[in-house]
Amino acid sequence: MNAPLLWIALPFITGVLILFFLRERYSALAGGGLSAILALIALIIPIDTALLIGSISLKISPSIQFFGRSFELNTADGPLLAIIFGIATLWFFGTEASGTANRFVSLGLMIISLLTASIAVEPFLYAALLLEIAAMLIVLLLVPAYQKPGRGVVRFLIYQTLAMPFILFSGWMLAGVESSPGDLSTTTQAGTILGLGFAFLLAVFPLYNWIPMLMEENSPYATGFLLWVLPTFTVIFALGFLDRYAWLRTSPQLASAIQFAGVLMVASGGIFAALQRHIGRMLGYASIAETGLLILIMGLKPSEIVNLTFLILIPRGLALAVWALALSIIKRLAYSLRFNEIQGLARRYPLAVIALLLAQLSMSGFPLLAGFPARLAIWQELAAQSLGITVWVFAGSLGLLVAAIRTLAVFVMVDEEKKWGLNESWVQSAMLGLGVIGLFILGLFPQVLLPFMVNLPSLFDHIGQ
Amino acid sequence: MTNEIISWLSVGLILATSATILINRDWRVSLGSLAVQYIAVFWLVSRHLPFVMGSVKLIAGWMVVAALGMTRLGLTNLDREEEDTFWPRGRWFRIILIMIVALVTAGATPRIEAAIPGLGLPVIAGGLLLIGAGVFHLGVTSDLLRVILGLLTMLAGFEIIYAAVESSILVTGFLAVTNLGLGIVGSYLLVAGSTPLESGEDL
Repeated sequence: MNAPLLWIALPFITGVLILFFLRERYSALAGGGLSAILALIALIIPIDTALLIGSISLKISPSIQFFGRSFELNTADGPLLAIIFGIATLWFFGTEASGTANRFVSLGLMIISLLTASIAVEPFLYAALLLEIAAMLIVLLLVPAYQKPGRGVVRFLIYQTLAMPFILFSGWMLAGVESSPGDLSTTTQAGTILGLGFAFLLAVFPLYNWIPMLMEENSPYATGFLLWVLPTFTVIFALGFLDRYAWLRTSPQLASAIQFAGVLMVASGGIFAALQRHIGRMLGYASIAETGLLILIMGLKPSEIVNLTFLILIPRGLALAVWALALSIIKRLAYSLRFNEIQGLARRYPLAVIALLLAQLSMSGFPLLAGFPARLAIWQELAAQSLGITVWVFAGSLGLLVAAIRTLAVFVMVDEEKKWGLNESWVQSAMLGLGVIGLFILGLFPQVLLPFMVNLPSLFDHIGQ
Repeated sequence: MTNEIISWLSVGLILATSATILINRDWRVSLGSLAVQYIAVFWLVSRHLPFVMGSVKLIAGWMVVAALGMTRLGLTNLDREEEDTFWPRGRWFRIILIMIVALVTAGATPRIEAAIPGLGLPVIAGGLLLIGAGVFHLGVTSDLLRVILGLLTMLAGFEIIYAAVESSILVTGFLAVTNLGLGIVGSYLLVAGSTPLESGEDL
């Protein structure tokens, strides 16, 4: 068996087969089942280590050659693959509850496989090309055939396409910087081009205007998936740059620039979220604020970066899945998701509303919920470094909290005579219930993440040690 | 010497085609110019890559043009598509834009050649012209077909310069897939919304 074939080729081919041959009712089961199996294999069977099961010797070889370059997934990638395919399982099973078509599962599997290829490809720089190809598949996921594409989708495509040349060029220039580190002008140029590339990819302020647009124009479930999957792999790609090039880690100017960009996103995302009257756009701004936190972490001490990043990425995947699922259930009734259309829905869709609010609170860093332990650790690090930055990060979290309180107020705004009713289906109730339990477990017992996280630093040679 | 002359002729062709794409409003003329543009791109890419790898870009480019052309041909209701009227978009404005791109290219090309020797002046000039024209095009339009044309133009410029520094088969393949993908996504987005709703999916 071969790791790239198992975690890249198999999901891609399955995605294609589901798209053309499988009926809608079985696609969630097939996609979710395959993702769960791949997550379990990644968790249980170490890559590149021979296992003896009875008389059978089993070994997953780590690499494959493709057009003269290699795709490698090593032992250290195991926990990362388990996390990625584990969270993907939730998203794929959720399609059944959200009522999205089998397009989601098939395209989702293809996107996940391409993005897994982006962490496996050597030289790692080529990941920029795979991210671009994945972004194009995301466009197909966002726009169903019967819907006219909005401005958000077009901007998303433009920004993702602009990112790729910047990153490929900067990678070529960085090789030059490595050979002559004293050349300040080349270093500055390479840093600027790299920064621009990641600004487009991660939708750094002010390039994030497409996110709230997408949340308003497109399916919240598909957009939520995009907001989980793309920043997750982009951040891992960015960590690869930090790990590979020593001057990126050690440059105080770059660390300041990264922190400034991160703070700007956290604060603006939180404040804008508090001012919205559309619960879809609120999710968009909350994800912007969280991406800001991930960027902020990259400017911290190199030894803390990997642990803090994954401490935030795992709950983010769960919270976004729950939030997007609840939104898509509510959107069936209140199409525009504006405040005036969702008033009093707490009595008609109580489970969806509770799940939505808990996910929203989790992403604002509310105690006892999944997002809190990560934020506590980040606040602790930030407070030791700069009080000013900490205050702005708190302001962002406060904005998200205000947004959650406003949402709650609108959901319960109804006549006293209105009767309570449970209108969610049992699949929806089960998926929302599992998600909410997961949010509480990750909030109350964050140590459950330890088995996944203990080996993640070995993914990176320098920043993880 | 002959190669050098043909390379400069290619740069001239690039200037003419990118100006036509930016200025002309007829989609047939724009797509025709794009197809011609890919010939010039092929020649400049072939200065640093083997003929076969260069021809991949030409074939991929023409396939994209064919896909977009066939899709646009089947749509009849887009002739009077409303554009965003916020930005200036007159013909003279666009002519000035392409002149700015040409001037910036003329100024920047020798400096880049001095900084990165060996690329070749025509390669740098052709690449910069296309990147500039593509980015300006993206800045002045919200029409879907024109956005795709802008992205393809910008990518073609990038590919010319990147071919000079990276000759990997995998990268060439991925860039061809990216171009084809843009064409397919563009075609899909053009037809999306013109087909009737069949099921209540994706709410």
